[in-house]
Amino acid sequence: MAVLEIEGDTALVSPVRKRHRLGGLFLAAVAWIVLIGLAAILAGVLPIQSPTDLDMLARREPPSAAHWLGTDQLGRDMLSRLIYGARISLTVGLLAPVIGVSIGACLGMLAGYFRGRLEAFIVGGVDVLLAFPPLVFALAVTAYLGQTVLNITLVIGILGIPAFTRVARAVTLSLSQREFVVAARALGATDSRILVRELLPNVALPLVAFFLLGVAVTIVVEGALSFLGLGVPPPAPSWGSMIGEGRESLDIAPWLAFLPALFMFLSVLSFNIVGDTLRALTDPRPGAL
Amino acid sequence: MSGPGGPRSDEPLLSVQHLTVEYAVGGKTLSAVSDVSLAVGRGETLGLVGESGCGKSTLGRAVLQLNRPTAGKVTFDGTELTKLEGEAMRLMRRRLQLIFQDPIASLNPRRSIGDIVAEPLIISGVKDKAERERRVRDVLSAVGLDPDQVRGRLPHEFSGGQCQRICIARALVLEPELVICDEPVSALDVSIRAQILNLLEDMKRRYGLTLLFIAHDLAVVKAVSDRVAVMYLGRLCEVSPTEQLFAKPAHPYTALLLEAIPLPDPTVKPATNLAVGEPPSPLSPPPGCRFHTRCPKAMDVCRQVDPPMRPLDGGRAVACHLYD
Amino acid sequence: MSGVVSGAVSAPLLSVEGVAVELPTPRGRLRAVDKVDLALAPGRTLGIVGESGCGKTMLSRAILQLLPKRARLEGRVMFGGRDLATLDPESLRRLRGPELAVVFQDPMTSLNPVLTIGTQIIETLQAHLGMDATTAFKRGTELLAAVGIPAPGQRMRQYPHQLSGGMRQRVAIAIALSCEPKLLVADEPTTALDVTVQAQILDLLAREQQRRHMAMILITHDLGVVAGRTDEVAVMYAGRIVERAPTPALFARMRMPYTEALLAAIPKLDSAPHTALPAIPGRPPDPTRPLPGCSFAPRCRYADELCGRAKPALEDPDDAGAPYACWHPISGARTSWSASSP
Ligand SMILES: Nc1ncnc2c1ncn2[C@@H]1O[C@H](COP(=O)(O)OP(=O)(O)OP(=O)(O)O)[C@@H](O)[C@H]1O
Ligand code: SF4
Ligand code: SF4
Ligand SMILES: [Mg+2]
Repeated sequence: MAVLEIEGDTALVSPVRKRHRLGGLFLAAVAWIVLIGLAAILAGVLPIQSPTDLDMLARREPPSAAHWLGTDQLGRDMLSRLIYGARISLTVGLLAPVIGVSIGACLGMLAGYFRGRLEAFIVGGVDVLLAFPPLVFALAVTAYLGQTVLNITLVIGILGIPAFTRVARAVTLSLSQREFVVAARALGATDSRILVRELLPNVALPLVAFFLLGVAVTIVVEGALSFLGLGVPPPAPSWGSMIGEGRESLDIAPWLAFLPALFMFLSVLSFNIVGDTLRALTDPRPGAL
Repeated sequence: MSGPGGPRSDEPLLSVQHLTVEYAVGGKTLSAVSDVSLAVGRGETLGLVGESGCGKSTLGRAVLQLNRPTAGKVTFDGTELTKLEGEAMRLMRRRLQLIFQDPIASLNPRRSIGDIVAEPLIISGVKDKAERERRVRDVLSAVGLDPDQVRGRLPHEFSGGQCQRICIARALVLEPELVICDEPVSALDVSIRAQILNLLEDMKRRYGLTLLFIAHDLAVVKAVSDRVAVMYLGRLCEVSPTEQLFAKPAHPYTALLLEAIPLPDPTVKPATNLAVGEPPSPLSPPPGCRFHTRCPKAMDVCRQVDPPMRPLDGGRAVACHLYD
Repeated sequence: MSGVVSGAVSAPLLSVEGVAVELPTPRGRLRAVDKVDLALAPGRTLGIVGESGCGKTMLSRAILQLLPKRARLEGRVMFGGRDLATLDPESLRRLRGPELAVVFQDPMTSLNPVLTIGTQIIETLQAHLGMDATTAFKRGTELLAAVGIPAPGQRMRQYPHQLSGGMRQRVAIAIALSCEPKLLVADEPTTALDVTVQAQILDLLAREQQRRHMAMILITHDLGVVAGRTDEVAVMYAGRIVERAPTPALFARMRMPYTEALLAAIPKLDSAPHTALPAIPGRPPDPTRPLPGCSFAPRCRYADELCGRAKPALEDPDDAGAPYACWHPISGARTSWSASSP
């Protein structure tokens, strides 16, 4: 009879449960994302001033009791504008990669799993999308359909599809060679079951890490578009447009450009840190050995 | 090779006739298995040996229709698998199972052991959750694992030998009739290898299995097989009952494989100058007998004429001009 | 066959003294090698046998000073009168090649995939022996021929992935031999290969070793591999050497139950099909949780209360030149392996 070999192993196995050694940096990053996120969601009910109320008598004021972070060149409250700006930056920053990741993951997994003509078609399509100059594309779409949050999200989201498709395809390709996928086929699993049960859980984590990176990139891209005046039109604030407007008074009131830049920098950094840490934590293998 | 027609119960469970499997490699055709015929009787273990790249795995997978053969037939229990399509083949799969060489790679790293072993049941439509759980527990205990301890864990928490036990459990949970073991112990240490070989023998008895046991090491094959088939560069060289093959190898290649086994006995000097070199590329197999480039007994005829498989006494068969 | 290597017959080329290797892991310190002593005279072959995870590779890495960065090494590795552990990187680098060489299990990891075979051999020859390009090319071709590679001139221009596993291992051996090392460490050189190719590679190693009067350490998990090809065998279990003896003596009379069990587990050519193999139950202990007694006790069929409580030392009570670490050594000559199965 086969020998029961598990007994001796219990000791070996149980303490392996991953020790979640989360650095202070990771916690700080999460805290910042939560803080900004909450502020953005609750902006309407927070006791802050309107982001669009002009006060021509109090322009470019340094921080004070009335305006905690000062006022901009039109006398609008900076704190309030930063918080409302977060709304736009985060909405676009989160939604656009969602579009990218959901379409990209499907296309990439189908291409990597089925290969053949479908793959050639998808890869070809993605290459065409990549060949579009992104700024021209964004300009064309917003000029034609209007500079709304939705349109900007759609444009950035679509532009992100190729990257996600490529990641998903590469991961699927290498996983499909693995014997556990052959094993599932040998068991008579249908293609859709293999894609969903065997491949998706393994493709998902690299994609989530990549998604968070995508969020960071999108925040920057949205900022750049707004900075160039292609983003959400004034007077609605966005971090990018605030940097753009603050640029004019860098010499007299540098905080007008500096504060939104700092917010953007901290947010981008936080998403990157969280993405990296999550990836390391969710790797099923125990750390390095 | 296949037995003569007769009453149903005498018919082999699996019969492979003139099977050819080709791959397209950079514009050329690689014939990984060429014109192979074999039969495996009900409850029998057929060992399949040969060097790396000789087409053993390809043959095993072609039997399961995981690689579609280019030519030839595979018949399982009277049904021609090569003719089955889509859903019919999918349903047939529960009766045929496969165990791989690399036990860790053949388990999904992100699914728990309980999930992995229950998967075949779900695929084959066992809806009752309690029933599934019962069968998973039974099969896990059968392969020597404690169901309560292992079910919730992930594959990386187990050693190679334990992962192979899990793979065996997954293959057996549907109570298949034929299991193809593709080098199930090659990746394991000597000590664990013996455990797994014993387990396979146990399981064979317990579940009444028929096995096609693939390996490159004749000593391992000997421990489990009733008959052994030797393959070289996509061709069969010899098929013989195990005892006879080891007592007196008929084919020069079988003799070479036997000599190459390192014996744990310092008084036996290891054979030197074994048939030199390695198999030629399967992309351009030599004409005539494919083994002639390495065969110590090669004759002129060997370089021109491919020797056909011919029966010998005692249920043996060999493809070699020495027996012309 | 000559007697004990560690004897005074000739001064040892390599002597490993109290070597221990510790690695930090998420689950605590892992003592991969625990107080190992070994000696190897010039021109001799030592086999190190043990299951995967018993520390054979870490021991060989310690000898070669190729330990991972985070590893901690204790003890001394005396090679040609110098302690390798105290050498600076530059002196070590100069030793590698002409003095110390290594062949790994997977030749793909030791060969550079983007350079041709020729370039890799030529560079080694130029770096260590200061040859000019033409001489090095000629010498490289000779080396490939010597390790049994057909059409060596052509092979020099090929990349590693264009060769079969066996051919790659031959190339790795050719590179290791290129500077005529005094000690070659072969870490499972044939585990990834077919039996037939394994026989050829082992043959090649034995032949070159004798021809060059080179010392060799052959690491494997298969007692069958060391039986015909070594002068002395050291059996490792859970980081320690548990038995050491001249090869013929070991196979004629093994004292340690682990060695016996390891031998019994090998499928035999002369036993009938379907005979159950005397497998070793269970698996080696968790190296981060050392046992108080004999590490083999949970799997040993002779184990008693003493074995679980106290660790036997590696000793040679009969002065037979064959030390073992066991409270209840097997006595008498071994008659048959199958007779010893439970
Ligand atoms: N998917 C594939 N595409 C192209 N050629 C392949 C493919 N799979 C296998 N081959 C080739 O077919 C031949 C037979 O391969 P196969 O894997 O069946 O051999 P094997 O006997 O199982 O070898 P091993 O002992 O290495 O597992 C080899 O030359 C191999 O390189
Ligand atoms: S046919 Fe000729 S070359 Fe082939 S195995 Fe027989 S003797 Fe050797
Ligand atoms: S000391 Fe005891 S447990 Fe260890 S090998 Fe000897 S008899 Fe077995
Ligand atoms: Mg194979």
